Parts: sequence; C-alpha cells; structure tokens
Amino acid sequence: MTPLLEVSDLVKYFPIIGGAFRRSREAVRAVDGLSFHVDRGETLSIVGESGCGKSTVGKAILRLTEPTSGDLRFDGKSYVAARGAEMKAIRRRLQVVFQDPYGSMNPRMRVRETIAEPLYNFGLTGSRLETTEKVRDLLVRVGLPADALTRFPHEFSGGQRQRLSIARALAPGADLIICDEAVSALDVSVKAQIVNLLSDLQQEIGVALLFISHDLAIVEHLTHRVAVMYLGKIVELADRRDLFRDARHPYTRALLSAVPAPRIKVRKERVILKGDVPSPVHPPSGCRFHTRCPLAFERCRTEEPLLRSVDDKHLSACHLD
Amino acid sequence: MQPLLSVQNLRAHFATRDGVVRAVDGLSFDVCAGQTLAIVGESGCGKSVTSLSILRLLDEPPAKLAGDILFDGRNLIDLDEAAMRQLRGNQISMVFQEPMTSLNPLLTVGRQLAEPFVLHQGLGYAQARARAVEMLSLVGIALPEQRMREYPHQLSGGMCQRVMIAIAIACNPKILVADEPTTALDVTIQAQILDLMRGLQARIGSAIILITHDLGVVAEMAQRVVVMYAGRKVEDASVAEIFENPRHPYTRGLLGAIPKLGSSADESTLHRRLTEIRGAVPSLIAPQEGCSFAGRCPMVRDVCRRVAPALREVAAGHDSACHLAKELGPMQ
Repeated sequence: MTPLLEVSDLVKYFPIIGGAFRRSREAVRAVDGLSFHVDRGETLSIVGESGCGKSTVGKAILRLTEPTSGDLRFDGKSYVAARGAEMKAIRRRLQVVFQDPYGSMNPRMRVRETIAEPLYNFGLTGSRLETTEKVRDLLVRVGLPADALTRFPHEFSGGQRQRLSIARALAPGADLIICDEAVSALDVSVKAQIVNLLSDLQQEIGVALLFISHDLAIVEHLTHRVAVMYLGKIVELADRRDLFRDARHPYTRALLSAVPAPRIKVRKERVILKGDVPSPVHPPSGCRFHTRCPLAFERCRTEEPLLRSVDDKHLSACHLD
Repeated sequence: MQPLLSVQNLRAHFATRDGVVRAVDGLSFDVCAGQTLAIVGESGCGKSVTSLSILRLLDEPPAKLAGDILFDGRNLIDLDEAAMRQLRGNQISMVFQEPMTSLNPLLTVGRQLAEPFVLHQGLGYAQARARAVEMLSLVGIALPEQRMREYPHQLSGGMCQRVMIAIAIACNPKILVADEPTTALDVTIQAQILDLMRGLQARIGSAIILITHDLGVVAEMAQRVVVMYAGRKVEDASVAEIFENPRHPYTRGLLGAIPKLGSSADESTLHRRLTEIRGAVPSLIAPQEGCSFAGRCPMVRDVCRRVAPALREVAAGHDSACHLAKELGPMQ
C-alpha cells in the first residue's frame, strides 16, 4: 500500500541575500536531503533542538514555503509542483496546527466562522443550518461546549484555543494533521488534555499525525515512529520502542540523557554535550555532529555517514554502527 | 538550622481596573544556606511574582506588598530603594527566564559583567574587567577575552544564560533566585546550565530559590519543594516526599499529567490517557470561598467548597492544605 505522505530528498535552503547586486552568496541549509514517509492513521514525530530544521520540514510539506528540491507525494501523487485546484485538493486533506493558538486565529472572526471557513473554502457546506450543525459537531468532538459558536477567540484559554485549531484542521476531513509544537506553549495540566485529545481523535477517526516537537517525553507517549533531526538531516529513524529503548546514534542518546526525569532515586548516566549547535550556514564537514560527539574519530570529520538500516526498520546515520 | 531567608505571610496584590488581583496571597517559606528550594506551579499561580517580590522588583503601586521577608536581620519589605540596590546583585541576585532579553543589547557583555564589581566591591573598571574575564571562564565560556567585547545578540541563548549566571554570582550572593532559568533553552543546553548551577552552588554555598514548572528539573535540583496554586502554598515538603508521597490532589495531578521518559517500555502505554486536571486556574480577582482547587479537584467534597483548608503538618516536615490530606496514600 502506498504511504499517505512520502517525502523524498527534501531540501530547503534559505539564501542569504546581501552585498553588491543583492547576490545570494550563501544559504541557511535548514533542511538538507530528508526522506521519510507517514502511513495512514499513524503518528510520526520529528524531534530535535531549536534550529535543526524540524519546523521548516512541516512548512515545506504544506508548501507554505516552497522546497528547494526533492519530491513530496500525498496518497501516491506528487504535489511538489501542483497548482490551483490540484493543490487545493491536497490541502483539504493535509492540515496543520501551529504552536501559538493566539496567533493562528483571526481575532475578529467568531468561532463559527473560524471553523466553518475551511468548509466554505473547500465547498463542503450545505445550507446555513447544516453548516452550523457541522461546526457544532466538531466543537463537541474536540471537547468544547456547543455554545462556543458565537464567541470570539480571545474569550478562550490557551488550551481551548488549541482545541479550536484542532477542530478547524479536522473540519475539511483531514487525513494528515501536521502538529508543529502544538502542545509546547501549554501548561502541564492543559498539555495532558490536548495530548489525550489528539490520541483519542486518532483512534476514533484514524487521522495521521506528523508531530513536530522538542518534548521527548510527550513524543514517547503518543508516537508510533520517531525521526531525530540534527542540523537539517535525519540522524536516526525508528519505531517508538526501538528509538527510546535502544537508541543507536550518539546524538539521540545524548538528547535522551539530557531530559531531566521527574522522579527521584533515578540517577541516570548523563552525556553532557559540549558547546552549541553549529551554524547551518556552514555545517561541519563529514558528520555534522562530530564537533559535539563524545565518540567522534578521524573518519567522522571527513566522511559523512549515510542514513542506513541497522536493524529492521531502524535507521541510523553513524560510522560506529 | 537557622533559615537564611524567611518569607512570612507574603501578599502581593495588584490594583487593576477589574479589581484587586491577589497574585500572591499569604505565602510563607524558609530557605537555608546551601539549600535549593523549588517553587512549582502552573502559569498564573504566582511563582514569578513571588520571586520579584523578594527582590522588590515590582512597581509599587500598582503592586502592594505585605507580610515579612526576613533576611540577615532585616525585613526587605521595609527597605527603601537605595538599601535594596545595595543588596541586589550583591547578597541576593536573580537569573531571569529570557536570557536574550534580560541583558542590555546596547552594552558589551564585559561592561555588564564588570558592573557588579564596580557597584558593590568598589573596584575600578580595569580590575573589574579582569574579574569579569575570570567569571566568564568560570561559567564555561570559551575565549572569554573575545566574548567580553561582544554584544548579547552575538551570543547564543545558552551563552547568554551563562553570562546572566556569571553576573548573578559575581559577588558570591547568599541567595540566588532563578526564575525558570532553563525554560527557554534546549534540553542539551539545559543539562549544561543545571550542571553549572549545581557546581557553583557547591563552590560558593549559596541558597537557590528555583522557580519552575518542570518537575524533572525539580527532581534533579531541589531538596525542598513548595507547590503553589492560585497564589497560595498548597504543599511544602522534601523533594522525596513530593514525588513519592504527595499529599495534595493538585500535586498528584501535576505528577500524573506529565508523561515520563521510558513509557515505551510497556507497549500498551501507547494511547494510554494521561491524567488530566480538568478546567483551568481560577480567576485571582474574585474572592475565593473554600478551597481554590475545589473546582478542578477529582476528590472534592462538600466541605471543600465551603471552608478553605488551612496548611497543616501531615507528616514530619510535610505540610499540605487539603481537607483530605490524611486519606491520600503514596503515589504508585
């Protein structure tokens, strides 16, 4: 069966324009050759530190920013060059929830209009009454009171607003929702509510999620598979259990060991990485992680390790594997 | 042990157009030398206002402070601005959440780092600069001489936070107040900063008041924990007691709401629901009748809605403000 979303060799460079004649002399290599897929009804998470390019991946898949090169396929059909009606048909099924629910809603539109807008946009509305009924169903589905219809976004708390964003993404019948740090700005107790909601929705209606996050504990809780990014590349990709129980790449291991555990008497072996993430304008030669890797040796400085299979469905990009 | 800082019945109220916001309402706690006390709670529970009150950094008015903040034989609530300036950055200092915005963008790192030595130790700028370079290498910044001449925008978030910490500990303060010091940072950088703070505490023996919402950071850093909810302390205990034997439903809710790394050990945990705390933090304007957590509490009884529970000792060194504290067993 063809995967729902297939990303092949995705590249996104942002040129740095400057100097005489506004030439582009260098580029921020935000995403540098990414390949992965998302199956129907599954959750794939992309994790990594700030600046690793994980949000750019999400935007490039949505074509909110145009990929520099590479191919994107939805349901087997390439849409990287699609235009007009063709792209619109993909967008109906490919929706997004952003981190900041305050910034992603029009403050002057009432909830009914906000949620109904995708319905109008994709011609999915019937009579006015039917539309209202549809919106009401969506509100109930995401756990909001039906009387929210006539209210404005500012009347809701952060968690409730994130519920509205999810309802809006579901409205046109999305098959895949890209959640870009969708729970990161929320308080602990509210975060749990939204994580539960996403998990329930996936079980009820089989929506697939591309969950972009830096919170490893949340990712481990809700994902089927995980891709770990570092400086625009995937360094490891594996099933949930394999990645969290048997991480192969030194970066993944360091990342996991850096998460403080909310329990006592568990003193874990900690790998503290030196320094900061290098600049994506001039990524290090060879393996991009070699400047911070505790295990780096000569070959890492010169030769770039390829992402290859180390085990069934477990990919890692390290010379030591 | 004699507490170094003793906060008694602290109140910080703000007069607003809509009424008086009781951001902190009768908070008491003690901190001892060399100890790390964590204050935890969700946004709006009053933890940042508490830290700002201790350093008297709130604008008064609109803020109105009451209660006692006893430090070194003095009550900080009664001190005037000049006396506070003698203390701030000297005996008590603070690390803020946003490292990128807490430094002055118009001054070099060196200039900002030399300031406490000039102000509090009466050094000339040349000597102060030399001390500043020492401080930068102490907090693990490579090429300190070069960094001294740079501006904050040339530094990464983690480096800015190191500079903030260097400024805060420049005069070997007795108390370091750290308000979400690692929240804006990535986990690998967070690990570096926490490691640095622990090392420095061992070296200069300061007490740390750590304000955070991250229970992982609490488990790693603190010896004592104060849990705040809606401007009040709901639980106060040693870190072991908080994690193993919490005696307030809010603390238990917080602990249940965070997924823990390692959940994939059991395949059935996928799609297992996290414990939710329903609803949201109540308004701090309306006067609270009964327990402020009653509206969200899974164990709520009639008495909770009528009578505000007083903070009582439920075990040695363990206080809880809950009518049902005695009925709560250890966490599984």
